[in-house]
Amino acid sequence: MTKKIKNLNLNFGPQHPAAHGVLRLILELDGEVVEKADPHIGLLHRGTEKLIENKTYMQAVPYFDRLDYVAPMNQEHAFALAIEKMLNIEVPIRAQFIRVMFCEIGRILSHILNVTTQALDVGALTPSLWGFEERETLMTFYERASGSRLHANYFRAGGVHQDLPAGLEEDIAKFCESFPKIINDLENLLTDNRIFKQRNVDIGIVSKEDALDYSFTGVMIRGSGVPWDLRKSQPYDCYEQLQFKIPIGKNGDCYDRYLCRIEEMKESISIIKQCLSKMEKGPIKSLDGKITPPPKKDLKKSMEALIHHFKLFTEGYRVPKDEIYTAVEAPKGEFGVYLISDGSSKPYKCKIRAPGFSHLQSMDYLIKGHMLADVPAVLGSLDIVFGEVDR
Amino acid sequence: MSDLNYLEKKINSELTTKIKKTEIKHGQIFIEIDKEDIIDVILFLKTNKDAKFQQLIDITVVDYPEENQRFKVVYLFLSHELNQRIILSYFISENELISSITSIFPSANWMEREVYDMYGVNFKDHPDLRRILTDYGFEGHPLRKDFPLTGHTEVRYSEEKKKVINEPVKLEQNYRNFDYESPWEGTKYIKELKENNDKKN
Repeated sequence: MTKKIKNLNLNFGPQHPAAHGVLRLILELDGEVVEKADPHIGLLHRGTEKLIENKTYMQAVPYFDRLDYVAPMNQEHAFALAIEKMLNIEVPIRAQFIRVMFCEIGRILSHILNVTTQALDVGALTPSLWGFEERETLMTFYERASGSRLHANYFRAGGVHQDLPAGLEEDIAKFCESFPKIINDLENLLTDNRIFKQRNVDIGIVSKEDALDYSFTGVMIRGSGVPWDLRKSQPYDCYEQLQFKIPIGKNGDCYDRYLCRIEEMKESISIIKQCLSKMEKGPIKSLDGKITPPPKKDLKKSMEALIHHFKLFTEGYRVPKDEIYTAVEAPKGEFGVYLISDGSSKPYKCKIRAPGFSHLQSMDYLIKGHMLADVPAVLGSLDIVFGEVDR
Repeated sequence: MSDLNYLEKKINSELTTKIKKTEIKHGQIFIEIDKEDIIDVILFLKTNKDAKFQQLIDITVVDYPEENQRFKVVYLFLSHELNQRIILSYFISENELISSITSIFPSANWMEREVYDMYGVNFKDHPDLRRILTDYGFEGHPLRKDFPLTGHTEVRYSEEKKKVINEPVKLEQNYRNFDYESPWEGTKYIKELKENNDKKN
């Protein structure tokens, strides 16, 4: 007598702690081997692009914090750069350094979260406890600069909202001295750890060709040995003046991607240090009163400042008719904004290109033939945050 | 970055009749083509030794409801070797079917699903054209300009029926879309209210 064996369909998520948010992954299992994976996304869809079309350019900035909420300022950066190019305005050098510095802090924030939760997914609890303490410190830097730990709303077209408060630069410098030790501690726990390696080495291998075909960017493509980083190849703001290396992987597996992230954190620390040493006093936003609001104290004295203030916070600035795609190297990959303006003070169209979207799409290709227990490991190394995937 | 003008000339001379318009803006080449040529042009861009646009960055649509050909379909490409970006676009009208490029770029799969979901543009030969971002059973295409910002339905848990139900949106206050360009006339809905009152009187 023959028995008919049916494949098992398993619902992974949307409430699974290893799904990194609200992912509903439908797995077709043959025993413990995954035959097919069908991610259902959109459970966190908030219609960001539609909302942005109905807001002025300045009102649209906070929506960018809420995309990849682990590294909010990196997203704002892409939007600010797009508007600056369309308006053709200069950003003062101090503002550029502040922005780059906070983008690198964002990169560390995101990589700590990813590395430690990936470790958590494969069974190591301690790294996340150590890592989150550092994230807390970094978020207080965010808070001191912008007033908010997560949703910063700090970058503006033409610069940043306000200057750094007294003492912040010194504290960030102190952090740069103490943080490498934490990275070492994390590496001691993970890099040569037998269990961690067994769970990650040769899991979820991506070849160079497939990485290109599947639109991978960021660590996902560098882990496969493609030296591609927008900070180097298409430098924006002051990245040209800074010295840093691009770590790349060899095998394109989960372990190499972990190693890339660790090395990138070290590079980010070096970038932050360079920013701090090169930063000089000066204006922090464009001096064009038609685009950036005047200082508060001028409102009491200058009629022109009052008019500018009123116009900026009611109508907002108008952006000439144009079309542009601008991308930045966010911690998770290429984050892009495709912006179309129609001459009014609201964007006509704002398409957000989130790196996680194309990474998650390849889940079926990555996981086919792997065991069920590898699903969290691969998902962890993709570095998915649903704020940006679902938009 | 390699020479943009050279690349533009090259594309124009190789594809001649297939290209409607090229333009260099902000260090990127914007190309306009015909709907029928999409597969040929993309294959050329991906494989030609002078182009090598091997990465598809994104696919999107822009909606111009007042135009005859309402949707502008936009493809963004990146070439690592040349370090250049190309933005390819063509216009279609509302119920036109367009070719899927999933056979050339597997990553186009979800991007085309998103376009279908958000704008209702249909793709030919797409392996799995389902909605992607909106809810199961959602109706309408939210990024079309004629879709209201507040949507048509709202979701709540009904205590009587003991399940989640969809209802028409009820707003306590009208959605206020201020028209700052003519500050003296007030916003549109106030204008409408006034007109209605005038008619009654």
